[in-house]
Amino acid sequence: MTPLFLSSGLFLGWSLGANDTANIFGTAVATRMVRFSVAATIASVFVILGGVLGGAGAAETLGVLGSVNALAGAFTVAFSAAVIITWMTRLGLPVSTSQAIVGAIIGWNIFTGSPTDTNILSVIVSSWVFSVLLAAFFSLVIFKISKFFLDRAKVHILRIDHYNRLLLIAVGAFGAYSLGANNIANVMGVFIPVQIFSDSTYFGFLTITGTQKLFFLGGLAISAGVFTYAHRVISTVGSEIYKLTPITALIVVFSHSLVLFLFSSQWVEYQLISLGLPSIPLVPVSSSQVIVGGIIGISLAKVGGRGINLRVLGKIALGWVATPAIALVFSLVSLFIVQNVFEQNVAQQERYELNPAVLARMQVAQLPAGHLERLSGQRYHGSEDFRQQLLAVHPWKERELFQIFLYAKIDLIQITNERLQSLAAARHFSPSEQEALKKLSGRVFTHRWQFEEALAQASPLWALKEDTKKNKPWNEQLLKKREKAFAIFARTFWE
Amino acid sequence: MNPMTGGYGRGGNLAEEVEAYLDMIVRGGLLFSQGIKFYLEGRGDEFGQRLEILAKLENKADVQLKSLEGLLFYNREEREWRGDILGLIENTDDVINGMQKTLKEFSAENPAIPPVLHDGFKELGDLSSRAVELMVAALRAYFRNHKMVRRHIEQVMLLKGSTLKAAERLKRRIFGFDIELDHKFHLGYFAHKIEEIAEMAENVCDRLAIATIKRYSS
Amino acid sequence: MVEFLKRKKRLEDKIDEYLDTVEKGADIFKNGISCYFAEGVEKLDLCLAAISLLEGKADDLRRGIETDLYTQTLIPESRGDVLGIIESTDHVMNLMEETLQKFSVERPEISGELHPLYTDLGNITSSAVACMVQAGRSYFRDLTGVRDNINKVIFYEKEADRLADKVKRLIFCSSLKLCEKIHMRNFAVHIEGISDEAENVCDRLAIATIKRYL
Repeated sequence: MTPLFLSSGLFLGWSLGANDTANIFGTAVATRMVRFSVAATIASVFVILGGVLGGAGAAETLGVLGSVNALAGAFTVAFSAAVIITWMTRLGLPVSTSQAIVGAIIGWNIFTGSPTDTNILSVIVSSWVFSVLLAAFFSLVIFKISKFFLDRAKVHILRIDHYNRLLLIAVGAFGAYSLGANNIANVMGVFIPVQIFSDSTYFGFLTITGTQKLFFLGGLAISAGVFTYAHRVISTVGSEIYKLTPITALIVVFSHSLVLFLFSSQWVEYQLISLGLPSIPLVPVSSSQVIVGGIIGISLAKVGGRGINLRVLGKIALGWVATPAIALVFSLVSLFIVQNVFEQNVAQQERYELNPAVLARMQVAQLPAGHLERLSGQRYHGSEDFRQQLLAVHPWKERELFQIFLYAKIDLIQITNERLQSLAAARHFSPSEQEALKKLSGRVFTHRWQFEEALAQASPLWALKEDTKKNKPWNEQLLKKREKAFAIFARTFWE
Repeated sequence: MNPMTGGYGRGGNLAEEVEAYLDMIVRGGLLFSQGIKFYLEGRGDEFGQRLEILAKLENKADVQLKSLEGLLFYNREEREWRGDILGLIENTDDVINGMQKTLKEFSAENPAIPPVLHDGFKELGDLSSRAVELMVAALRAYFRNHKMVRRHIEQVMLLKGSTLKAAERLKRRIFGFDIELDHKFHLGYFAHKIEEIAEMAENVCDRLAIATIKRYSS
Repeated sequence: MVEFLKRKKRLEDKIDEYLDTVEKGADIFKNGISCYFAEGVEKLDLCLAAISLLEGKADDLRRGIETDLYTQTLIPESRGDVLGIIESTDHVMNLMEETLQKFSVERPEISGELHPLYTDLGNITSSAVACMVQAGRSYFRDLTGVRDNINKVIFYEKEADRLADKVKRLIFCSSLKLCEKIHMRNFAVHIEGISDEAENVCDRLAIATIKRYL
């Protein structure tokens, strides 16, 4: 069954490879500066590298938005996004995988009653807007600089073309890497919580996580799209950047790649944070829209933006709202059909409980837990049921619901000796971190936050530091380690 | 989705400027045939006046051409086709230049045309002027209604054929005439000059046909 | 890689040499015309021999450049433009040679008072060609310089026009025989035609430049 369920994600990957390669290598191929076979090989290799090595950041953000925890659910979500993308592409509308998948995930949240983290959602949507502006800014600045030098350097036209060709390949490779890193989450992100693949270690030091295997598979799907269909897209549909001169096309592709890289690089995020600068959220953005942003930047630099078509900008802005909305509705309908007609399990039933300990934790988190006194001591099966009960006592905001769900969710975390021993081989944690875990040996936790607090007490290595800019890298690293530890010791109820 | 298309910025302006430029060409064509007519009728001062107007018009067209180049440089809408469009208007400029030069040569060399040949010269002048007119119509169609381009081009080709035949007839008559050989050469030269205008118009149409196919046939 | 850059360098040199040859041709053309009026047809024949040699060299260079552009798939984007510019530049070179040849063969008898005008016409046309070559060089190395040079060519072309018009008027006002008038006029037209062709190259250059300009 698993391959069948993965198929919708693979199709998303195929369509990404078929369509978005034109943004990166379109000019180079269409102007015959680079042969298609060369471009396709480079694109495939770097997309896969980008996905496997750099895909985690953006995927994490998407994972926070909604944790689709059943394979059939993940299939349906990816399927809905794929259908919307195919349909809108047919209609000639600018469509983005990122925007479709976000809508589809929220559809799953609504269908299952899971709360949506509105903070993350607003970060994602504002990133879409910001990415286009950033691309415009980059291409404007790079254009001005290049023009300044090219007008003075008096390089021979043949030489310019030669360098342009080499740079197109280099920038194309960078663009493919960034595309893989930034957009692999759209393709395979929904399948992460289902954990199809497990981690494995090769030669005793090379650890490949299950997520990376999943992303590798997605990368293969993307490269299949590149090889089977991208050439047709390049030669028939084309891309807006064809209408530029070779050098401006290079600038646009470079700005695009830079933007996608910034929106997916954890390294850059840490660097920015450690410099005390505002960091760029790791969010999947739309490659095609970023390209348009780059073209706008060029036009701003050249003629102060005269002749920019507001309708196209309007279309893009509409895409920020309409694509997720349509995908959301379609995802809802599809989930209903898959659940009721095909009788597939689209969501695991989570369990929740409200007891004095949970309520006390909520107090600490400054939630008005007083409203929940009445519900204390009860257990709930399924997000929908829990949500109904909560809303019956108080009109919670979505953000508050999200936090209540976080604290009330029941997980079974057993620190068994057997699993502790497996830690040494996997090398996820340092020896002192493992020591701290061993202190908890034999204990059982029913809430994840309890496990994490116990760990923090066992060693400061496991404790979050004060939320300052300086401490942000530490905290983020820690959150990842906690995630790992949780994944190792948690048991699912159906296990 | 092209952020550059649509009626924003200076796109609309460009179309207007092209129209204005083409207006000048049409007027040039009319002045040209009128000038030849006056020359043949021996109305020297009127001929001189028409030549003067044509020279001024040609100057204005040159200025217009330069400003069109500038507009095209900044125009997004036609960005992809600006090379073609520039080529077309540059070639159109050759036509008005040619007409002006030919009338100037009439004025400078003052060829003595026997009255029996007046009809022939006048016919040739009218045909060339008509070819210019149709060429302009074809050019306008390229911007406005590309489906009509083909028809206009066909008309220009037809007219060019008639011009060639008329020129041949005229030349045969010139060389069959009982005048000095140098006089025959002189008259033949002018017949050829007028005929050349129609050839230039055809040349523009050849380019136009290619540009139209490139732009609209996909 | 190194080999590739070397080949490219060789092609760059060829293009430079080609343009140099045309520029030299323009200089010799100017000398040829003034020699014809100042020192007679023998001197012009020397110039004709020189320009014929240059013309042959330019042809070889042109063919070499065209082959290189195709076989090395260089500048695929602008190849058509570059070829067009090279070809039409070659046409200018041919016209200059042809005109000197016509002087040598037909030995037109031009009335003395027109000699300075013809010499001027030759000078102006030669300047138009020189500026055209300069515009061509700018296209390959410095796009910002193309426009200025093109404007100069346009100016010289107009000057040549005006001068030729004056020459024709003077010729046809005189009391010479019509055949003599026609003969003299033809030479003014030939010389003037070269500047027209130079302007034509510049039209192409303008279009090619607009396509590449950042």
